[in-house]
Amino acid sequence: MDKLILRRVDQNSEEMILNFGPQHPSTHGVINFLVQTDGEVIRTAVPDVGYLHRGIEKIGEIVGYPGFMPYTDRIDYVAAMFANEGYAIACERLLKLEVPQRAQWLRAISGELCRIASHLVSVGTMTMDIGAVTPMLHGIRERESINDLIEELCGARLTYNYHRIGGVAFDLPEGWRDKALKFLDHFDTFLKEFDRLITFNEIYVKRLANVAVISREHAIDYGLAGPNLRGSGVEWDIRRDLPYGAYPNFKFDVPVGKGFVGTVGDCFDRYFCRMLEMGESSKIVRQALESMPDGEIMAKVPRKPKPEAGEASGRVESARGEMAYYVVSDGTDKAYRVRARTGSFMAMGVCEDGSPGLMIADLVALIASLDVVAPEIDR
Amino acid sequence: MASLSQAAKLKPRSPVVLTLAIVFALVIGLFGAILLLSPATKPEIMDGFIRKLGHDPATWSGTYLVYGAGLALLAVILLTFGAIASSLTIWWELRVSARIQSRIGLNRTGAAGLLQWLADAVKLIFKEDLIPDDADKPLFRSAPYYVLAGFTLTFVALPFGESLIAADLNVGIFYLTSVTALVVVGILVAGWSSNSKWALFGGVRSAAQVVSYEIPAGLAIMVPILMAGTLSMQGIIREQGGWPWQWFLFRNPAALAAFVVFFISQLAEGNRTPFDLPEGESEIVAGYLAEYSGFRFAIYFLVEFGNVWVMSAISTALFLGGWQIPGVSAQDFADKAAAASAAGWFGVEALPWWGLQALSMLVFTLKTLLVMNVVIWIRWTLPRIRIDQMMNLCWKYLVPAGFVLFVFTLLWQIAADRLRGLEDTTGYVLFGAFVVGLALFTRQTLKNIRLVHGDRIDLTNW
Repeated sequence: MDKLILRRVDQNSEEMILNFGPQHPSTHGVINFLVQTDGEVIRTAVPDVGYLHRGIEKIGEIVGYPGFMPYTDRIDYVAAMFANEGYAIACERLLKLEVPQRAQWLRAISGELCRIASHLVSVGTMTMDIGAVTPMLHGIRERESINDLIEELCGARLTYNYHRIGGVAFDLPEGWRDKALKFLDHFDTFLKEFDRLITFNEIYVKRLANVAVISREHAIDYGLAGPNLRGSGVEWDIRRDLPYGAYPNFKFDVPVGKGFVGTVGDCFDRYFCRMLEMGESSKIVRQALESMPDGEIMAKVPRKPKPEAGEASGRVESARGEMAYYVVSDGTDKAYRVRARTGSFMAMGVCEDGSPGLMIADLVALIASLDVVAPEIDR
Repeated sequence: MASLSQAAKLKPRSPVVLTLAIVFALVIGLFGAILLLSPATKPEIMDGFIRKLGHDPATWSGTYLVYGAGLALLAVILLTFGAIASSLTIWWELRVSARIQSRIGLNRTGAAGLLQWLADAVKLIFKEDLIPDDADKPLFRSAPYYVLAGFTLTFVALPFGESLIAADLNVGIFYLTSVTALVVVGILVAGWSSNSKWALFGGVRSAAQVVSYEIPAGLAIMVPILMAGTLSMQGIIREQGGWPWQWFLFRNPAALAAFVVFFISQLAEGNRTPFDLPEGESEIVAGYLAEYSGFRFAIYFLVEFGNVWVMSAISTALFLGGWQIPGVSAQDFADKAAAASAAGWFGVEALPWWGLQALSMLVFTLKTLLVMNVVIWIRWTLPRIRIDQMMNLCWKYLVPAGFVLFVFTLLWQIAADRLRGLEDTTGYVLFGAFVVGLALFTRQTLKNIRLVHGDRIDLTNW
């Protein structure tokens, strides 16, 4: 990359160094790509991350265990529930806490609603990057309904801070269940409408099929996670394969890329996996609302928890793939080390290898299909 | 006090009335001015006017002054019409796109945001005229004027009604294709002179696109030209009839296909979605517009939306029967013109002629608006295609299709000469097929609406 930066001033070559970002409409935040292009065709595209680094992991060593929860929201503000949940699970393992059943169900419900909201942003921005603005706004409209539901649940629309170490902060409000079911009934028809509107649009399919193919081996080598990994045909879902919380009680499919319109692992597969996952999430929320147990929503946790010296990790299936927290305790009321592993960071790694030969418009499709969120990359 | 409270009560309504008054006055005024002034290019009518003043046009020294004044006024009116048409297109597009995207859309400035374009224009005019440091300044400054010239020159040969055209050139459609090509010069100059890589991408993409698509567009235009046997805009329209089955669109299967080719090419030439690659927001930021701001940007914006009107009007004229009024023949126009001529063009006896002109203008405008709506609808539905796909579509499909349609039309014209009623029958059949297709489409649309739990078609809140 340093070479590329140096060559920004080299004007003797036919090739051009293009600064794709940090302020660019389709980098989904402040990410920079150093793109070496020959006309429209890309030679290499090197992601240059770090513009949004805020030292969140260091903050985790300063503020104490419960105090870090609001900060986790800021790691991935599009799907903050999972960032909460991963940290909560890691701390609970450290404290050897048993989370009440009802709290686990609430985590599943809020998490899956959040997954739908996050995927709506993802597929919406993807259609917008491909050039169609309307589906994006339809997606945002549905996301607003989810935001309303979550706002009733925990009072926030973006950075939820809903989870607590040992449970969740609030129980379901009066009438929430009916509202959620009503929304899900509407949402299932919306998914079909969205498919009619854009998914199988001829131009859209042509733009995404066989573009930026990431093979199965490639995806595993680069440590891709979540829908990006499943889009390449790898069946791996933490919810099913390393179950946590309430998930063993629900029946759901894990959609994988099958080369729906082109090759396995192309942009369309990653996109369509997300579309299918939204349907699965809707199923999970329905099941969870049906089988909701009664009881407490918080375990008994001291105000200033002091776990024994040791380490623990919590892995959850976030909307952007596996989100893992690794927390080390030295026996005081503050963590010795907090580390988060996020799907977006891994996704950035694959860009350099996957981009040669693409056109500039394809690079946009690749970035969009990887569904990266800038703060999640840099933390 | 009573009057004060009454004023307070009336208050919310007055801006609405005021907006509507301003906009309608503008539109009606402009159309009226065009209606009155475009026949002014006919010396006959000018002479009639001079006679009304009490002079003999052959000997009076002021004759050429009156001619010149009429033409100058017409030019100003047409330029203004271009600007207003483009502005109202922007407003309409923003409202329609808002509806498509389930938003409310413009509703702050004037009733239903009708005056937003005015506010935008004022803001853009007052902005600083920024030129990037390393830009090629003379080129950068001049680029918008190429674009503006390419747009405004089209109004010379663009018809509005039976006698309403600034100049019915005998190479009208040829002239239109040539002057619209000026736009790409401006865009290319803008892209190069901005000294920005994004702008360069935009400029090169635009050059590749517009130059390529002019070929299928030109070939598709050949079909109505062959059917009419003339290049003059009015001549092409006169060969068609008022009823839909008398339009060129339905009188020849090749014309129907040519309309599709022409429409696609026009979308590409006007940089409209799905061919908005030169300014592809999500790929190359704003393309050739990246470094422009203020008034220069406003000019590009005006031209882009004004071109929607121009391309719709050209499609209407070539394929959709232009200003032809159903049930009114060329003979009716000639009779009324004779009567008006006898009355010196401005008497009570001339009123039927002026009425027919106004009616033909209305028909033409309505058809143009219909085509314009399709353009807007496409823009807010389809994604953007990639540059190689865009080139493939042009050179591998549209250009060969254009040639095939051209040759087919040649043979078709020979066949139509031999077989009486061939064109009429085709007209009825194709129009019937079109109506059936439209009915099926409407049924599917209503079904789709019902599938999302009967979100009713809501036309309130406009």
